[in-house]
Amino acid sequence: MPTTVVEELDRAAVGTGGRGPDRRDGGDGDGAPRRAKPPTPRSAYFTGLVLGLAAIFMFFIALASAFVVRKGLGDDWRSFELPGLLWVNTVVLLASSLVVERARRLLRAQPAAGFGAWWSTGSLLGIAFLAGQVAAWRQLAAQGIFLATNPASSFFYVFTAAHGVHVLGGLAALGYVAARGAAHQQSTGNLSADLTAGYWHFLGVLWVGLLLLLTFGR
Amino acid sequence: MSTPSHVAAHVHAPPQGFLRKYIFSTDHKVIGIQYYLLALVAVFVGLVLSLLMRWKLAWPNDPVPWFGDGPMLPEQYLALVTMHGTIMVFFVLTTAPQSGFGNYFLPIQIGAADMAFPVINMLSFWTTFVSFLVMVAAFFVAGGAPISGWTGYAPLSAVGEIAGPGLGLGQTLWIVSIAIFCAASLMGALNFIATTIDLRARGLSLMRMPLTVWAWFITAILALLAFGVLLAAGLLLLLDRVAGTSFFVPGGLVFTDKPVPHQGGSPLLWQHLFWFFGHPEVYIAILPSMGMASHLLSTFSRKPIFGYRAMVYAMGAIGFLGFCVWGHHMFASGMSPYSAMAFSVLTMSIGVPSAIKTFNWIGTLWGGQIRFTTAMLFAIGFVSLFVTGGLSGLFLAQPPVDQPLHDTYFVVAHFHLIMGVAAIFGIFGATYYWFPKMFGRFLNEGLGKLHFWITFAGVYLIFVPMHLMGFFGQPRRYAEGTAVQFLSAMQGPQQFITVAALVTGAAQLIFLFNFLWSLKWGRKAEAINPWRSTSLEWTIPSPPPHDNFGGRQPVVYHGPYEYSVPGAPEDFIPQDAPPRTAPATGD
Repeated sequence: MPTTVVEELDRAAVGTGGRGPDRRDGGDGDGAPRRAKPPTPRSAYFTGLVLGLAAIFMFFIALASAFVVRKGLGDDWRSFELPGLLWVNTVVLLASSLVVERARRLLRAQPAAGFGAWWSTGSLLGIAFLAGQVAAWRQLAAQGIFLATNPASSFFYVFTAAHGVHVLGGLAALGYVAARGAAHQQSTGNLSADLTAGYWHFLGVLWVGLLLLLTFGR
Repeated sequence: MSTPSHVAAHVHAPPQGFLRKYIFSTDHKVIGIQYYLLALVAVFVGLVLSLLMRWKLAWPNDPVPWFGDGPMLPEQYLALVTMHGTIMVFFVLTTAPQSGFGNYFLPIQIGAADMAFPVINMLSFWTTFVSFLVMVAAFFVAGGAPISGWTGYAPLSAVGEIAGPGLGLGQTLWIVSIAIFCAASLMGALNFIATTIDLRARGLSLMRMPLTVWAWFITAILALLAFGVLLAAGLLLLLDRVAGTSFFVPGGLVFTDKPVPHQGGSPLLWQHLFWFFGHPEVYIAILPSMGMASHLLSTFSRKPIFGYRAMVYAMGAIGFLGFCVWGHHMFASGMSPYSAMAFSVLTMSIGVPSAIKTFNWIGTLWGGQIRFTTAMLFAIGFVSLFVTGGLSGLFLAQPPVDQPLHDTYFVVAHFHLIMGVAAIFGIFGATYYWFPKMFGRFLNEGLGKLHFWITFAGVYLIFVPMHLMGFFGQPRRYAEGTAVQFLSAMQGPQQFITVAALVTGAAQLIFLFNFLWSLKWGRKAEAINPWRSTSLEWTIPSPPPHDNFGGRQPVVYHGPYEYSVPGAPEDFIPQDAPPRTAPATGD
């Protein structure tokens, strides 16, 4: 039968090997007995994370260089006072990172007592950061400073919005880890918790960099 | 039922789970073929657009098919220019050699069962597909496709429909499509790099990787670093269009008596951001073909690649330098002569690794037992085109020479030969070489050689005259020059080029016929290694089983190009052949 050709061929060409029929990916959904593909090694996920962060970094580097060039070329740049709330938000985001890191380290103990509480607290602090950013936007809007008001404000909104979108992605990952719970983490070598924490720390450092650029570059 | 030929006949047969198996598949081989087919559709769309342009250029006052009874309008011509360039650069030159062949063969050549992240791989294909649909949709909206060129220069691309037809919704769709394409390419690049770093078979050290793998790997690094920049630039451009910001639009612009309400933006900023992506993009297009040509030249010369390590380092150098030379696209944009000199020196220094590669390709051929298969002909054709197109780059790299040649047909000839046609020849060579592995049947060699010779002669007949026309001052992007005396004198060459283009374009139907016919009726690839190649894909059935190596984990003992090794029983040693006596050094 055609459905078994691949399997037959495998036996004929390379011997029976050591694995049973595929169950990991359901044989791509058709129920045909197919050999499982070996799982992706843990190291590849961290390589992937670093590469993803490198791509995000290049995206923000491009925006930052546009910021510097645009400021240098135009004569229409009008600086404005950054809302003081941004510094509070920064503290909240960095605290969130620390709390998430604390939760991640709790996974080393068996059972991971308190993981859920710490991880959820870190996630809530992340939500608080985003809420704070929106509040800072509203403060500026109340002063009549909008996206198109001036290149300085344009860049401010672009930086904070682009960072915020990445934070939203981080919150989704944090929520996923929280929902699956500590037992799931420990049965999978803490993979998603480690990846999420790495991404989350990056977003904290990235935000500090952006805030310094906005503060000293405006 | 147990021979490879049966697989060729039946592996596509099971109808159950069709969607998961062939549409939303996470198998890198299926995804590679999906990318290839997308590029195949795109290349014929792009080809037809170019032939319509050629028709207009040759007979400017005659009606053009599909463009009504009167002559084609200049803005329609510019829309064709824009869409031809965009579709060819993104959906053909970036898609086929890297995402198509890379997806199919990178995991196999490194002895892996799949990419590191199969689901992301599937997402990156379907995101690319959506991007293509959005791009093509620009033809069908009010105002039609944009007219600002594949470079989307601001402010033309930034101020909306007030600046011309196609610059309304068409231009917005163009930007959105490019942004989606960026996201897809970033996902793909991430996968390629992580797979190469973490999933190599035991024994496959970096310096035992085939040059194809090196090329896909380096290309993926370029893509990872470049597409994020284009995405950022596209975001700012979109905001200028829809949110009233002034990143790229200068103050005081007036279109048809209407002032544009922007202030102080910098069109140069767009050029810097675009070309910081755009120049690496050129290498994203050509590097995979360099790798594939190297692979074929060694295989069909029955000789080790000459200077393997030098080839690797040269590709690395080309990739690195590719990020340092974007300013050479902007010599005519008003640049400090000191900056221009720096960009010029860096640009010309790319000639060094390029010359190393060319020398080594010829060194590989030298004294080899050359087998002139169609695949080999295209690989040799690649070297020819790379040299011809590369030499004109040395002219354009010098600011004083570039000033008169800028925006002339000389530039058009240069980039078509080096980036367009050379890369396409790499794709063709790879297609003829890998087709039996991918589909279990050979492409027809007779039709293949006919296709090669017409195409090879055709592209030279098209592009060599363009160099001369560029010297005489023929500007690019002009729909017609008959009203200008010195340009009207070039109507003869214009018609000559158009005839050559029509013949060359028609010859591609030979390829298309060969491709479709051979899928079903081509000669069966009975042997798993018909070309007697060394790399790992030739140690498994054609087409390969679901997990590539059938549960076996290959171990690599040899370098990738051990051909005609003295004392070996055959004139090639597969990479996974166990060492006979002492352990092989491999590299």
